[in-house]
Amino acid sequence: MDTLRQVRLVWKPLVFAFCLAPLVLLVTDALELTGRLGANPVEEIQDRFGIWALRFIMITLAVTPLRRITGWNWLARFRRMFGLFTFFYVLMHFVTWLVLDQGLLLSAILEDLTERPFITIGFAALLLLTALAATSTNAARRRLGRRWQTLHNATYVIAILGVWHYWWQVKKDITEPLLYAGILAALLGARIIWRQVRKRRRRQVALQIPQRS
Amino acid sequence: MLIKKLTDIHPSEITSKENYLNRREFMRVGAVAGGSILAPAALGAVVPKSRRAKLADVASSPYSTDEAPNSYEDISTYNNYYEFGTGKDDPVANSQDFKARPWKITVDGEAEKTGTFDFDELIKPFDLEERIYRLRCVEAWSMVIPWVGISLADVVKSLAPTSKAKYVAFQTLHDPTRMPGQRRRALDWPYREGLTIAEATNPLSILAVGLYGEVLPNQNGAPIRLVVPWKYGFKSIKGIVRISFTERQPRTSWNMSQPREYGFYANVNPQVDHPRWSQARERRIGAGLFASKQPTLMFNGYEEEVAHLYKDLDLRRNF
Repeated sequence: MDTLRQVRLVWKPLVFAFCLAPLVLLVTDALELTGRLGANPVEEIQDRFGIWALRFIMITLAVTPLRRITGWNWLARFRRMFGLFTFFYVLMHFVTWLVLDQGLLLSAILEDLTERPFITIGFAALLLLTALAATSTNAARRRLGRRWQTLHNATYVIAILGVWHYWWQVKKDITEPLLYAGILAALLGARIIWRQVRKRRRRQVALQIPQRS
Repeated sequence: MLIKKLTDIHPSEITSKENYLNRREFMRVGAVAGGSILAPAALGAVVPKSRRAKLADVASSPYSTDEAPNSYEDISTYNNYYEFGTGKDDPVANSQDFKARPWKITVDGEAEKTGTFDFDELIKPFDLEERIYRLRCVEAWSMVIPWVGISLADVVKSLAPTSKAKYVAFQTLHDPTRMPGQRRRALDWPYREGLTIAEATNPLSILAVGLYGEVLPNQNGAPIRLVVPWKYGFKSIKGIVRISFTERQPRTSWNMSQPREYGFYANVNPQVDHPRWSQARERRIGAGLFASKQPTLMFNGYEEEVAHLYKDLDLRRNF
């Protein structure tokens, strides 16, 4: 089997199953087969979906730097799947809030969305992410052409909003939000550094050309 | 001043000899009548049997709510006790080796009876009462908890505060070797809380030493904690080692940490939101996955007992 087929037939389904594991574990914990959701299950479910959403956006953003460092270009084939799982867990986090936490009480939902800034930015991140998920197909990519990349650069904004949303919501102990902020800073920092290096190289090449002619 | 050393709590240490027989009678009658002491539900391995000593001579109280109490498991596994870690499940995990004996309490400041007392000696003169209270956390969840405690008003009176005493301040033990959460500066240790004298002598205020008719679990603030049910949970300081009578308002931990978000009074008030979240509704722990939140009541439903304490106070400014 060639590499491409192996990725499609073996690795993709396998990675897909791993990405679903947090959801499966949540269900089996709720049924008390593998663990428990504890005294406040609504909070536990919401927190787990939220934290996995953050983890998946970090994984998605790690694909490109990891590819550059290792030269494993096949990693790029998983990026869309990770991105869509980010969307999935954000959506579950949102639905949990909407249904289990707020009990679909419209007045409370609107009040939170407009008056609690950490919820507002979380919701903004979800809207952006929805646009990216909707344009994640090959067809959409072809249709949008160059604008596709511009649009999908919103991933960086979404990641920043996500970490900010988490940070702002924590009562006191910011150890974990700080950890995610650190990872995000490293992932975005790597891109900035590469960009500078690329620019300098291009400038050097540009300088060399007139000398030759 | 008498300092007694005790390795473990024993019912006879709390019960005087004269009451010993009465106690047995009380327990028998209580058992027959169904009693006010509720049978602990879903106990599991939350607290080891060796530490699950039953408290004797616990009277019931008209201040108890008739709402159904949360399970022993919920009450002892979902805690905010940063001395043992900032996660809700940290206190139960990290407090199992904690030794709540011997335990000394220092009383100082504007009172006649100051000094250092052994915990068991200090509480001995007071009657144990079961108080089933609502607890409303500032994080917008709530429980119903069957505490066993002594009247704080009685304790305050016995310590004879002077006319200068306007406040009672409390401190939690500060010992990072025994309280692993204190190895990090999650808060400015030791934990501090305080009440006005009027609040401390309100009949609702108790010092709790038990839960579900038994000795207080470590994760709930053993051996002795404050319970002021009309205020957010963080006011009900755990693991008390110091009681000070002061003329000026004492500094309190959450207020020191985030003054914009947590005030000195911290009365439960559905009309005054936390800057980051609403306080209008609360999630009752144990109500189930699909239960909706319930409206939060002014002073956590204890308006009748405590509203008069604040009639001249702007509760929006003094949150």
